[in-house]
Amino acid sequence: MAKKSDLLPGTLDMLILKTLARAPLHGYGIALSIKRSSDDVLTVEEGSLYPALQRLLLQGWVNAEWKMTETKRRARFYTLTTAGRKQLGIELTQFEVMIAAIGRVLRDPLEA
Amino acid sequence: MNPLSHFVKKLSILFGRQRFQSELDEEMTFHREQAEKEFLAAGMMPEAARYAAMRQFGNSTRLKEQTHEVVGFRAETVFQDLNFALRQLRRNPGFAVTAILILVLGIGVSVAIFGFVDAALLQPLPYAAPNRLMAVDESGAAFPVSNLSYYDYLDWKRLNRSFSSLEVYGGTGYLLRTSAGAEPVQAVRVSDGFFRTLGVHPMLGRDFAPGEDRPGQAKIAMLSYATWLKRFGARRDVIGQTIDLNSQTYTIVGVLPREFAFAPHGDAEFWAPLQDLNGCEQRRSCHNLDGIGRLRDGVTLQSAVADLKNIAAQLERQYPGSNQGQGAVALPLAEIIVGDVRPILLALLGGAGLLLLIACVNVASLMLVRSESRRREIAVRGALGATPARLTRQFVTEGLLLAVSGGLGGVVLAAWTMTVLTRLLPKGVATQMPYLADLRLNSHTLAFAAAVCLLASLLLAATPAIQLSFQKIRDGLAEGGRGNGSRVWRRFGANLVVVELAVAVVLLVGAGLLGQSFYRLLHVPLGFETDHLATVQVIAPDTIFKNDQQRVALGREVVRRISALPGVQSVGLTSVPPVACNCNTDWIRFVGKPFHGEHNEVNQRDVSAEYLATLKAKLVRGRLFADGDDASKPRVVLINETLARKYFPGEDPVGKKIGDGDLTPASIREVIGVVADVREGALDADIWPTEYTPFNQGPDNYFVVVTRTAQDDGSLLPTLVRTLHSIDPNLGTMDESTMNLRIGSTQPALLHRVSSWLVGGFAAVALLLGVVGLYGVVAYSVSQRTREIGVRMALGAQRSSVYSLVLGEATRLIALGISLGLVGAVAAALLIRKLLFGVQAWDAATLVSVAVLLAVSALLASYIPARRAASVNPTDALRAE
Repeated sequence: MAKKSDLLPGTLDMLILKTLARAPLHGYGIALSIKRSSDDVLTVEEGSLYPALQRLLLQGWVNAEWKMTETKRRARFYTLTTAGRKQLGIELTQFEVMIAAIGRVLRDPLEA
Repeated sequence: MNPLSHFVKKLSILFGRQRFQSELDEEMTFHREQAEKEFLAAGMMPEAARYAAMRQFGNSTRLKEQTHEVVGFRAETVFQDLNFALRQLRRNPGFAVTAILILVLGIGVSVAIFGFVDAALLQPLPYAAPNRLMAVDESGAAFPVSNLSYYDYLDWKRLNRSFSSLEVYGGTGYLLRTSAGAEPVQAVRVSDGFFRTLGVHPMLGRDFAPGEDRPGQAKIAMLSYATWLKRFGARRDVIGQTIDLNSQTYTIVGVLPREFAFAPHGDAEFWAPLQDLNGCEQRRSCHNLDGIGRLRDGVTLQSAVADLKNIAAQLERQYPGSNQGQGAVALPLAEIIVGDVRPILLALLGGAGLLLLIACVNVASLMLVRSESRRREIAVRGALGATPARLTRQFVTEGLLLAVSGGLGGVVLAAWTMTVLTRLLPKGVATQMPYLADLRLNSHTLAFAAAVCLLASLLLAATPAIQLSFQKIRDGLAEGGRGNGSRVWRRFGANLVVVELAVAVVLLVGAGLLGQSFYRLLHVPLGFETDHLATVQVIAPDTIFKNDQQRVALGREVVRRISALPGVQSVGLTSVPPVACNCNTDWIRFVGKPFHGEHNEVNQRDVSAEYLATLKAKLVRGRLFADGDDASKPRVVLINETLARKYFPGEDPVGKKIGDGDLTPASIREVIGVVADVREGALDADIWPTEYTPFNQGPDNYFVVVTRTAQDDGSLLPTLVRTLHSIDPNLGTMDESTMNLRIGSTQPALLHRVSSWLVGGFAAVALLLGVVGLYGVVAYSVSQRTREIGVRMALGAQRSSVYSLVLGEATRLIALGISLGLVGAVAAALLIRKLLFGVQAWDAATLVSVAVLLAVSALLASYIPARRAASVNPTDALRAE
């Protein structure tokens, strides 16, 4: 098993919302999707994933319903809500601001 | 997201918890299966794939808990803690019952004692602005607080600038004519503004009007509420009815309210204005009243006292014959009413507080021992992801649960104790403490109980929490781990035991000193034999027994008839029974000795010829009275040894002459004998000089019959009363009692008995708890060191060295606890030295015996585990872990 990389704090909710923005998914699907699209760099621990999903449910940013998978197994699929989409926008903006700021900090010494 | 829908969602999850849980389970199972499939697809063996999936998934319980925390309410986890705490206590009922019982005892006793303190010392007197009410009295050389003379009172009332009103009262007895004959009743004569000064209004009828206390006014009276109920059936038309007191007709003008009580005369049934002055009140030198005054606004007690002292000094100059040396005192009325019981109540409250402390410390150390044995459980819960905060909260919850159960039980116990203790008070004492009549749980006691409960909870919650914070979870998980947790416990638990032992010493010494005081009080030399003595007080109506001849004849008839009763050996009459008070005093002067107006104050008793012989008092010189010593014979007097020693040092007093301050010829008496001191005053009072004069030379309508019988003195009492009524049905009788009971129910005996028994009880419990606490510590330490001891023994240590290892540790704790306790005990005893009688606060015998008693019991308690340690089989001990 690949060495786990810790997610930047506060980014898990955003990653889940972004993943769900593409398509409704079940918990395992979300974890898998994040892992794959990050080329196995980001591993979402289940210990964080399910509490986070409940948190998002409670905030009303995602909805959940039980559906059948392609393999005919019952699974809970999460869908992004309108409020969730708005929240994703907010978080992306904040994240970009943050990344840009961090990037500036890291670049400065080289330019000096 | 608005908070309301947030809340509603949480609520729906809370109620659909079952569903939430099963959905979460299903979701996670799905997740694990998917992961497993993937591992399989990657070429893992099925078994390995499952484990890998499980490993990756991690601790599913913890995960569920975390998920639950997101959606759960905080309160929900509190319920979980509570639920778990209850389960823990149920699983270990021995611990729970012991801990709760100890707390119930500690809290119950302290709340009950506080109830008494509250009723007596904290609740204001039931009068208007009670803190402005002062007791006003004279002071003389012999009495720091003495009664007020009527004429002095009139001058004080007229001249003082400090009191908005100054009133007097004096107790008296009346014979009430009832359909069943004459019945003695207690009454109080008061000046007209007495009730206005107190701020008490009659519930029915009217108060005494100004001027109604002057001689010659119409005879009127007010009823106490209890009398209105008992004698008049609570009829509202009682106002205007007449009653017959001492063969005089009184009109009832008012009924006092139910809540009215006046402790100095708690048993008074009737209240009447002063009106006709009795013999004493016609002389300035005779003191029989007490004053109350209401301070003017802005006047301090000090300036009021100074004002009164000025007036007293002026009266001294004006009337040197009667007022020389007479000063003035004023002190808060509450002081007169509860001054006597304050030290004992405070001492008892202190004792109860110490008991509570020891109870809490004991339960805390029980919890420590238990939390030690639960280290594995804590460690496992910690490893499973319980946060330290959550673990601490678990212990806090358990502590709270214990404290609250103990508190609730304690309140019930307190309510019961208060009822029982007030019922145990003899009636005579209860009437002097009307403030205890309605003693029950009230807002004050409940608030106190809540505060005590809170403190206990804090202690109980803090102890394991502190201990937990020292502990490393990993140590707990280690097999048979005895890491720093044990060291913490040993340090902590040992400190607690030292506290327990020290407190036990303080209580034991207190109980020892109070017990000794009580013993010495009951064994003070009395100068007479108390067994087989029956006493009864007699009041003869002065309308029938009008003159001295009739009274002498009555006295002789009483003695003759009672002497004829079967079993009666001798009968005597006295004006005041022994062990009552240094009171009814006389100022005397000696013929032929220099005199400078000093007040030679002595007790004076009118006694019949047989009285001193009946008491079995010892005649030292001369002769006793004969029945013939009456008005027709020369006036004679007997003196006690103290009087002889004080006023006739080195002389033979027999034949000397004693008179009043002016040596009025009619007052001169010849000393015919000296008797050994009979204790006339209270048990704890000094022996005063006393003179005895023949009843037949100064008979009174009131006297006490003292009967010595060969049989049981108690069973004679009804016969005595019957016999007296058969002499004349108009004779009032009261307070029939045996001498021993009478002495036992005097206030000093009662206060000492109550304090020594209660503190003794506290001390016994404290001793038990302290010793059990020590046993717990030593036993625990031994159980933790079994392996170490096994190793030592395997390496050749002797049994004796194992004993000394275990007992050495115990001895250190015991020595520390006892020495701290002894210091505390002397300090505590100095605080209660007012309650001690005939024994010093630092009484070496008591201190040493307590130290020995506690040391021996504590060593015994530690010997049991030490024996267990020494009998350890080294191979077993080594194999055990």
